[in-house]
Amino acid sequence: MLEVSLRQPLDGFTLDLSFEAPAGVTVLFGGSGAGKTTVINAVAGLKRPESGRVALNGRVLFDLGKGLWVPPHRRRLGYIFQEARLFPHLTVRQNLLFGRWFAPRGAVREDLDRIVAMLGIGALMQRHPVALSGGEKQRVAIGRALLSSPDLILADEPLAALDEARKEEILPYFERLRDELKVPMLYVSHSAAEVARLATSVVVLKDGQVQRQGNAAEVLGDDRVMPTGVRAAGALLEARLLRHHPDGLSELDAGGVSLFLPQVQQVPGSLLRVRILAQDVILSRHRPEGLSALNILPAEVEQIRSGSGPGAMVSLKTDAGRVLARITRRSAQALELSSGTQCYAVVKSVAIARSDVGGAVPVDD
Amino acid sequence: MTWLGPEEWQAVALSLKVSIWASLVTLPFGIFTAYALARWQFPGKQVVNGLVHLPLILPPVVTGYLLLLTFGPQAGLGGFLQQFGISFAFRWTGAALAAAIMGFPLMVRAIRLSIEAVDPKLEQAAATLGANPFWAFATVTLPLILPGILAGVILAFAKAMGEFGATITFVSNIPGQTQTLPSAIYAFLQVPGGESAALRLVGISVAVAMGALILSEVLARRAARRLGGL
Repeated sequence: MLEVSLRQPLDGFTLDLSFEAPAGVTVLFGGSGAGKTTVINAVAGLKRPESGRVALNGRVLFDLGKGLWVPPHRRRLGYIFQEARLFPHLTVRQNLLFGRWFAPRGAVREDLDRIVAMLGIGALMQRHPVALSGGEKQRVAIGRALLSSPDLILADEPLAALDEARKEEILPYFERLRDELKVPMLYVSHSAAEVARLATSVVVLKDGQVQRQGNAAEVLGDDRVMPTGVRAAGALLEARLLRHHPDGLSELDAGGVSLFLPQVQQVPGSLLRVRILAQDVILSRHRPEGLSALNILPAEVEQIRSGSGPGAMVSLKTDAGRVLARITRRSAQALELSSGTQCYAVVKSVAIARSDVGGAVPVDD
Repeated sequence: MTWLGPEEWQAVALSLKVSIWASLVTLPFGIFTAYALARWQFPGKQVVNGLVHLPLILPPVVTGYLLLLTFGPQAGLGGFLQQFGISFAFRWTGAALAAAIMGFPLMVRAIRLSIEAVDPKLEQAAATLGANPFWAFATVTLPLILPGILAGVILAFAKAMGEFGATITFVSNIPGQTQTLPSAIYAFLQVPGGESAALRLVGISVAVAMGALILSEVLARRAARRLGGL
């Protein structure tokens, strides 16, 4: 477990926060300028904050109240930077093994062949970084961090410098890191989709404060903490892939409810995270008929929340899990919605949690 | 070398010896100074920077005289070093010292530029992978600045080969001890009938300078290839 508490004056506000990151992937989530990079660089030891304390599994990395500061090279953390920062004069193999020269004797060693196979970089071993694509560089950087036998992986927006296709290429490797390795990870991101796909736990930062901490579904369902605004808010459901239909649709089972998505590139039986954005859900009091939408879920209104604007956020209880709908206040009144009302959630689009919010795949619109 | 007289040959050999020593012995100091100026913030940094560059802008005679005042046999530091058997006065070591001081700013400038071209984020990456500052420098920065180091050494060597004013002021013009190529050319031009000897030495000067330049070019290119710069 990672315990962090920090204080550092920044432009226009003071970063002052503390949180604990459990095992698994903890995403530091927030807009630009929220202080995410300050936090991760303090944990890494690259920037000394004004005051604070960070401990990893009981090992104190710094405690400025006691004047304690472990230099970065003795912290045993693997840092995956936004730009890969590979050493240009070394081959891929030498880059991968760089950390091993300095790892303490007796440290648990990740097996080179296993990591190379996991990241699919076997064919690149003799190349220099200059001959790699952006996605390949980032895969090598991931491998290099893993092979230094770290106690914690740090990742600072590792996908931000990549285009959509490359993000899709890299994300599965982070999922495998989360699922196959025991090393905990602190992952900085401003993308709701990366949170949806990777996070075990989310710490939402705003203006240097912890605005909220919770699991991915809780945080993504709260439009008030979305750095990108209400458009990124939505539900995160767990679903199991049942079968592929010959017409190109895949059928998923979420708590007994069938969901239909266009061709999902997974084998039947796989457990998937599915996102339904609040703005892609419309509500009906009666089971709609003659509608082109495929995914219609019986629901019960749990709560209606509206702010000063014309919109309202309705949270709904369904067999598949909690679903959010973004409708107008006028519609909420017209439908006489209140807590406990039975209704139907018509889902315009369901997406496998993808690398980007904009990448949602419409099923039928 | 039958076409060179013994005195001429002596001057060439001495110049090579002085220049090689001057450029190689100063190299570690040059790298350290360049790194400090490129990467560290410390009080008095501008003073250090000014001192390093002083020989570049001072008249060489002044530098030579200051060396004489500091390292001469009457001087405090010179006398102190003499107790340990280190003597610069009127010996080839003095010529090497003068050449080193004169070449130092050129060496530091070349190396500093190449260090500034290396992204400090690479050293940070090395640190997160467990390399302490020394190893981060030795395994990441040093290989990356190799072309700059080569350029610095060659520049310092060329400067040492041509150094005249500070040398002749500091250690005079003694054949076999302190008479380097330029001093010898100057001496030959002072005596009637010395033009042909002077001309031969001028030819050698040009050849050595060109050779150094070509060598540095070849080495730099090989280094760049090794670094994977396509």
